[in-house]
Amino acid sequence: MSRKELFEKIQEIFRDIFDDEELKIEEFTNSSNIDDWDSINHINLVVAIEGELNIKFNLDELSTLKDVGAMIDLILIKMN
Amino acid sequence: MVELLNYPFNSSMIHRKCNRIRNELLKGVFSDEIKIAVLGGSTTNQLIKIIELFLLKEGFKTSFYESDYNKYYEDAVFYNKTLLDFNPDFIYIHTTHHNITEYPSFSSSEKEIEIIFENQKTKFNNIWESLQKYNCPIIQNNFDLPLYRCLGNLDSYHPSGQTYFLNKLNHFFAKEAQKNKSLYINDINYLSSLFGLNNWHNKNIWFTAKYAISYEAIPTLANNIVGIINSVLGRSKKCLVLDLDNTCWGGVIGDDGLNGIKLGNESAQGEAYLKFQAYIKKLKERGIILAVCSKNNHKIAKEGFSHSDSTLKFEDFTSFKANWDPKYLNIENIAKEINIGLDSIVFIDDNAVERNIVQSQLPSVSVPEIGDDILNFIDYIERNNYFEIVNLSNDDLNRNKFYKENITRKKQKAAFENYDEFLQSLKMKAEIKPFSNVYLDRITQLINKTNQFNLTTKRYKLIEVEKISKNENFITLYGKLSDKFGDNGLISVMFGEITNKTCNIETWLMSCRVLKRDMEFAMFNKFVEQCLSKSLNKIVGTYKRTDKNNMVSNLFSDLGFEYVEKKSDGSIIWELNIENYNSTVSKIKIN
Repeated sequence: MSRKELFEKIQEIFRDIFDDEELKIEEFTNSSNIDDWDSINHINLVVAIEGELNIKFNLDELSTLKDVGAMIDLILIKMN
Repeated sequence: MVELLNYPFNSSMIHRKCNRIRNELLKGVFSDEIKIAVLGGSTTNQLIKIIELFLLKEGFKTSFYESDYNKYYEDAVFYNKTLLDFNPDFIYIHTTHHNITEYPSFSSSEKEIEIIFENQKTKFNNIWESLQKYNCPIIQNNFDLPLYRCLGNLDSYHPSGQTYFLNKLNHFFAKEAQKNKSLYINDINYLSSLFGLNNWHNKNIWFTAKYAISYEAIPTLANNIVGIINSVLGRSKKCLVLDLDNTCWGGVIGDDGLNGIKLGNESAQGEAYLKFQAYIKKLKERGIILAVCSKNNHKIAKEGFSHSDSTLKFEDFTSFKANWDPKYLNIENIAKEINIGLDSIVFIDDNAVERNIVQSQLPSVSVPEIGDDILNFIDYIERNNYFEIVNLSNDDLNRNKFYKENITRKKQKAAFENYDEFLQSLKMKAEIKPFSNVYLDRITQLINKTNQFNLTTKRYKLIEVEKISKNENFITLYGKLSDKFGDNGLISVMFGEITNKTCNIETWLMSCRVLKRDMEFAMFNKFVEQCLSKSLNKIVGTYKRTDKNNMVSNLFSDLGFEYVEKKSDGSIIWELNIENYNSTVSKIKIN
């Protein structure tokens, strides 16, 4: 999967979790850019990404997912 | 999107689409509101969101109180103004094995183990006792087993084993729930084994977010809790309507003949159908009404149940529709015949097209997408919690008998020219008395599920009914009716509060099983008698219209009440001066 395809998948997940069809994420989007991105929804995001892409994050990795770019970097490593 | 909430649950989609499902559900109309306090021993945020979805689907507008993280004990035991003000309808205590604060150590003496066990018992007893002030049902998790067992198999039987300890506690919870009428066990011990402990627990989410159970298991857990709530409120389904060919037996009886259908121990398939029939029979024995709706010739269809291996017999069905009419028409007729709402019916058919037609014509009937493999049918019936039950009353056990007897009565009725003569011939006897403790369960059950002959459709919890029965300011009556065909059990409830020489009827209802037997007149006569004995001179009645209770819209005027007013909430107030009341004649002998 290319970075672009993955980005779109991740965007879909963000739209579902934050219930906003129009939501546009960027590489640098982080929890301060999205109002509802709190610790609870962070877990929901992680669980949804794990389910969609069939990957698992490790304990110490969860706290490093500070923005969308970091998420995608990590996911790409996991998927290869 | 809402169909995601049907078994089998696609957990990851439910979580991901949670907000969208919620918005979709919120477009509906809600007649009922419910307030749930969730006291958690671990993180509950997502669990609450999913519980809300299942409640919205059941038609409840829901609000929640959520305890701070792991503050279930403090919230329950100490004075809590927020919770008092919230005034919950249900309290759910979400504790798991993670909340056991102390286990015996391997070196503990018998005595020490006993003390440790007593400490845990006391902790939960304290919780349940102090929650009594909220006057509402308590739903309490029992314990799931941990992922690991340090003592291996010995863990399950050594006095110091955690498994042994937890099983003992679960047994204690069960005993308490048998005694305490407002305590309901949410059996996560079963759910977790059904799920598999490896899937029920998720170490990652426990260590990072302190969710005691996995995201995957949350919808199953939420659905289970809502099943209990539904059942406490008397909203479980009442009737199971079954297709025949490839549902009750394998093959098509019209083509294959009685000896050609697959039923019995000769083949794997036949055995599976037998198992299904045995399960259905058990449902019937605990009070679920059975009916058949099949595209078949009546005589041939009936013959199927004469098969020597058939566990179900023709007589097990209260209504039997085997003909070539569209199934939704037959199901409507079944509902009318048995006198229940379409929303009390579950329809099981292996044919997807038939299911689809019934579901689209009768949206309030539950039509699970069971597929066509007999191996899965029971899963769909059970995991959707249609027939969840929270206590097993004698009336449940006898329900099928009641309906059967009613059919005999109907036949008998045709033999009489006039209805009075028929009533006379029934030799009816009633017991009409003030509430007594042995009947409070049944009275509450009736209050919460009677929709048609029900003047106010006000629902009460067991604890409230208990209070009313003890309150001197209330006149309460229950009615039991029997006749020469059998005993109908406790079928009518009436009570009112006294203020200034007037009794205000708050609730008056009767099971549809005994309509048109003059039982309402017998109840009212007795009610007036009770009022007069307390020197009251007036009875005020309220009729509050719902979609279902039109049949009693004229009851008060028929009894001679005068119209007083129509209130802003639509309820109509009637009153009757009883100083010169002439009792209505009824054919029922009262004792």
